Amino acid sequence: MTSVLRPAIALVVLFTLLLGLAVPLAFTGMAGLVFPTQAGGSLIERDGRVVGSALLGQDFTADCYFQPRPSATTPAPYNAAASAASQLGPTSAALLDAVKARVAALGGGPVPADAVQASGAGLDPHVSPENAARQIRRVAQARGMSEARLAELVAAYTEGRQLGVFGDPRVNVLRLDLALDGST
Amino acid sequence: MTILGWAQIALVMAAVVAAAIPLARAIAAVAAGRVTLLAPLERAIYTAGGIDPARGMGWQGYTLAMLATNLAGFLLLYALLRLQGLLPFNPQGFGGLSPWLAFNTAVSFVTNTNWQAYSGEAAMSYLSQMAGLTVQNFLSAATGMALALALCRAFSGGGLKDLGNFWADFVRLNLYVLLPLAILVGLAFVALGMPQTLAAYVEATTLEGGTQTIPLGPAAFQVAIKHLGTNGGGFFGANSAHPFEGPSALATSLQIWSHQVIPFALVLTFGHIVRDIRQGRALLAVMLAFVIAGTWIVYAAEAGGNPLHLAAGVDPAMGNMEGKEVRFGQALVALFTATTTGASNGAVNAMFDSFTPLGGLVPLFLMQLGEVLPGGVGSGLYGMLVFVLLAVFVAGLMVGRTPEYLGKKVQAREVKLAMLAVLVLPAVILGFTAVSLVLPAAASSIQDAGPHGLTEMLYAYSSAAGNNGSAFGGLAADTPWLDATLGIAMLLGRFAYIVPMMAIAGSLAAKPKLAASTGTFPTHGPLFAGLLAGLILILGGLQFMPALALGPVAEHFVLAAGKIF
Repeated sequence: MTSVLRPAIALVVLFTLLLGLAVPLAFTGMAGLVFPTQAGGSLIERDGRVVGSALLGQDFTADCYFQPRPSATTPAPYNAAASAASQLGPTSAALLDAVKARVAALGGGPVPADAVQASGAGLDPHVSPENAARQIRRVAQARGMSEARLAELVAAYTEGRQLGVFGDPRVNVLRLDLALDGST
Repeated sequence: MTILGWAQIALVMAAVVAAAIPLARAIAAVAAGRVTLLAPLERAIYTAGGIDPARGMGWQGYTLAMLATNLAGFLLLYALLRLQGLLPFNPQGFGGLSPWLAFNTAVSFVTNTNWQAYSGEAAMSYLSQMAGLTVQNFLSAATGMALALALCRAFSGGGLKDLGNFWADFVRLNLYVLLPLAILVGLAFVALGMPQTLAAYVEATTLEGGTQTIPLGPAAFQVAIKHLGTNGGGFFGANSAHPFEGPSALATSLQIWSHQVIPFALVLTFGHIVRDIRQGRALLAVMLAFVIAGTWIVYAAEAGGNPLHLAAGVDPAMGNMEGKEVRFGQALVALFTATTTGASNGAVNAMFDSFTPLGGLVPLFLMQLGEVLPGGVGSGLYGMLVFVLLAVFVAGLMVGRTPEYLGKKVQAREVKLAMLAVLVLPAVILGFTAVSLVLPAAASSIQDAGPHGLTEMLYAYSSAAGNNGSAFGGLAADTPWLDATLGIAMLLGRFAYIVPMMAIAGSLAAKPKLAASTGTFPTHGPLFAGLLAGLILILGGLQFMPALALGPVAEHFVLAAGKIF
């Protein structure tokens, strides 16, 4: 029996030290040196304070900001400490009621799907360009800015497909709202 | 569906096949012991374990060594999870896991399932993630690959007495295949935005003056091996849908590539080991056809949107976006979904629970087909070879000849063992699902009413027994009943399959290798590929169609009729 147990235990212990401690710790050090921003969570600072991460959506409710997608995290939307989706199925009455209420709150359809359906993690940092475009009038009125100026800003913050092929065009809401604060 | 969407799918799959070809040769070289880059480290490991890497093992010895290593891994991981509150690298001060959850999680990671009844950012210390879960991501993947190599060797010659040395295979696959790939892919993930730090979570003050806790951790390296080893257990609760775990369309594409490249390469490695690459290509073609077909159905269903929501005023242009991220788009979600369930990975970049019924049917059915399309690292190949034996048996019945595969006669013993192996999956899945649907303590975990609720339960056991680990969601999975029975389903799905499979390997290895004659049924052409694909589909279909009819199929018609629950 020891002829089987000794190698088994030795391999598990040695690989735990190698693959679980030595390599990940060295890898962490290397990642921090080569890509310090990304390795640290792509944090965004304003006036020396962390205001969020470029990769995580955050909740905006004021009319003067572009607003993100609905979020199913609890107890509050965009709770990054506990990512969560609605997990409601296609025949769920609760989901259909929520979608109807969101469509009504936006003044009726057709509305872009991402504006009324929640994301997988509840932390989607992006909205579709169509979703952002629909919010321009509201933000313009709240800020007293011209719609044309805002449309320019949205266009400037619209990211295209990666390498021209991968993914969909999108607007990072936190970056756009930071730019809004900076422009007025 | 759009042309651009299909272009993304084609590019990623082309990259998988293009990389699998050289990787297959490299793995064959490692399997033959021809790679010696880290020879001093290798020797030190052998010395510490008292291992003679040159000593061949029969199928029992090989299987026993594998089981002992997995048992040791399970015990260490269980202890780590229970004691994490007392151990270092725990800046958030998470306490130990409950006994049920620790059992479920330890089984889950040792069996390469990576079912998660916990949410990473809310339960796991950095030490548990690194020294516990990351390590098992490596070891369970190397275990699967080693077993597949043992089965490949059984076909490589006549009258073989041994299938190789488990310890040597295990050490070499970790050091020469998984580790270098994980470092390269991990660095790419950091560049694309994934965190890799031991710093504590950050408190941010949002623009509107609220606070947001930003979770961090050594994620990128673990996520790299999570995909390369077809493990699939997310660092964060939302898995690859989390913006830190799937930061961009490129990152999600690289993940799709990562969880397919080794399974596809291993099929070609099989061709190298049996010195007939055409055999590997035929299996690869069957796997690829299923992946593309599955992707097509998910893509069409999800891009079409939810008819009830469209009627309520949702613009159909983006398709069904509930549970999906804007940055990926429907094409990469569809490809990710079909490949993660076909490849026994189990990561998700969108929430299946909110898919349309047919979109959700595909991942469920791909798991039930036996996780061979292309399946988990190693497990996909040995699972596929069991199907191959059944296919040549069926072909032999049709033409009235003793079936043979690669010069090895397939006889009653092998066919009985193969049937024993393939019956494990339906017995475990349907048995546990049926009991859990009538047992009040179990059924109360279901969130959704109607056919969708049945699908949630059926999916959980399919995922566990198939060692996939993806979750349909909507199921309160951390209960003693589900933790325990899903854990047992994972163990049976892994080891109750492996033992008969290894017995087949032992039996085939000892047989003489016959030369091909004019009467030999060729197993590398389209005729055999079609037969194999048909067998997989019919076997899976017959076993699971009644259950699927009550779940997603019923829901599809209910949805079309406009009924909600």
